Amino acid sequence: MSDTTLPTFRAATEEAPFLRIALIGIAVAGLAVLVFAPLAVVFGEALREGWLAAVESLGHRDARSAIWLTLTITAIAVPLNAAFGIAAAWFITKFDFRGKAFLITLIDLPFSVSPVVAGLCIVLLFGANSAIGGWMVAQGWPIVFAIPGIVLATVFVTFPFVARELIPVMIEQGRAEEEAALTLGASGWRTFRTVTLPNIRWALLYGTLLCTARAMGEFGAVAVVSGKIRGQTATMPITIEMLYNEYLSVAAFSMAALLTALALVTLLLKTLLELRHADQLAAIRRH
Amino acid sequence: MHIDIDEIAKTFGGTTALLPVSLNIPSGALVALLGPSGSGKTTLLRILGGLEFPTSGRVLFNGQDATGLTVQERRAGFVFQSYALFRHMTVFDNIAYGLRARPRGQRPNKAEITRRVTKLLDLIQLPDIAGRYPTQLSGGQRQRVALARALAIEPRMLLLDEPFGALDAKVRKELRQGLRDIHDETGLTTVFVTHDQDEAMELADLVVVMSMGRIEQIGKPGDIRAKPATEFVRDFISA
Ligand SMILES: Nc1ncnc2c1ncn2[C@@H]1O[C@H](COP(=O)(O)OP(=O)(O)OP(=O)(O)O)[C@@H](O)[C@H]1O
Ligand SMILES: [Mg+2]
Repeated sequence: MSDTTLPTFRAATEEAPFLRIALIGIAVAGLAVLVFAPLAVVFGEALREGWLAAVESLGHRDARSAIWLTLTITAIAVPLNAAFGIAAAWFITKFDFRGKAFLITLIDLPFSVSPVVAGLCIVLLFGANSAIGGWMVAQGWPIVFAIPGIVLATVFVTFPFVARELIPVMIEQGRAEEEAALTLGASGWRTFRTVTLPNIRWALLYGTLLCTARAMGEFGAVAVVSGKIRGQTATMPITIEMLYNEYLSVAAFSMAALLTALALVTLLLKTLLELRHADQLAAIRRH
Repeated sequence: MHIDIDEIAKTFGGTTALLPVSLNIPSGALVALLGPSGSGKTTLLRILGGLEFPTSGRVLFNGQDATGLTVQERRAGFVFQSYALFRHMTVFDNIAYGLRARPRGQRPNKAEITRRVTKLLDLIQLPDIAGRYPTQLSGGQRQRVALARALAIEPRMLLLDEPFGALDAKVRKELRQGLRDIHDETGLTTVFVTHDQDEAMELADLVVVMSMGRIEQIGKPGDIRAKPATEFVRDFISA
């Protein structure tokens, strides 16, 4: 835009040079303080007594159990929420019905409710003193202070991520392509698989990755429902807190570093996928 | 295939889109639904294609009740107003979509699909664009690809919603003739929606003038020009 204007004029959206430098400065400083510094500290603290001590602390029985538990919970919660998210977004964007705005608000609920409160609700609803919880305990399948409760808490807290990524994309794309597929003889399922899903796959991927990172890191709700039983229901974030409170700082930060690394891997995956499909992505966005 | 529309009405919640309307479309005709914005043209077309179900009334294909047929069973070649090409597929895959969606027993093999897609690309006079994505096409090219995609399923009828709406005057004229040629070659019963009276008069065998959910007049272009049935038709075609 600017090459057609005289040097003394600025494009309407361009700021004065000093303002631009100040804004960039603030952004970089903010990133440094809020993102890079904590990352550096976490890894620094973990490696304070060397690699060996860090790795050894992660090999401890309780630590291994925490890692395994977190991965298991994530592996259950994320696919569930991806499916729920697709279903909710599909329902909201492809059909007209009363109470749509209310439903969209409802999807956001887990973001506005404190995770601790969510955890307490699950304890009240499914605890040993409740009707459902009591029955489940009698069957030998307790929910609270056990894995099902942790899954429930994680699913609740991370529910909005996928749906919220999908809804704007699906609204923007409308129904025309799906309708076209139907007129061409495709079944509803085939239409979903060959038209809807490919059109939302980037939003779905992004939502799923955010959901994964959050599911691994969830603390508040899980702290309430898990009972923090070491070696049984203590997830990685909970183990980190317990180790830290016991002044086992190398162990605490080693696990924190591992958790951070897992989150970074999800981001790296996303970036790699985006790079690999850059041309396709551009073609879709230009439409 | 001849199509009979028998007292079809449609309401959306509180709004009436179509009052009961009746219309007989002879086999092989090229029919224009002409009317101002909001007159119910798209609604009627979508009811024919099975994308919308009427509140009351019946649709008959070749004299048989087709009101309950699903959109897939109708086998209508539908061209959407904004073309609705699959943006993540090449032109080839777009056109082949309907053939690949057939049940296994009726699905042509790979070579046959390629042969048919190539033939359709020749028909729309764009033999070299098979590998492109919709974003890499001009508006007129997209329109023709959408037409080829609709024809690929060997439809029983062709339904087009403002097929030339988004194009400039020169391209419109060219494509008009293109549609006429394709219609004459395939002999398909064809219904298209337009709010451009020149387009309707020049292209169609039969023009259906609509206003506010009603059919004001049905007739040959010359008859409608010579004898407008209502005040509305007179005003609309002289505008
Ligand atoms: N899905 C819908 N929900 C509610 N009302 C609708 C819906 N579709 C159409 N209508 C209403 O039905 C009436 C007829 O609409 P329709 O789309 O058939 O008009 P049209 O003749 O195709 O107009 P245009 O030339 O602007 O496309 C309009 O008043 C419209 O607001
Ligand atoms: Mg319309």
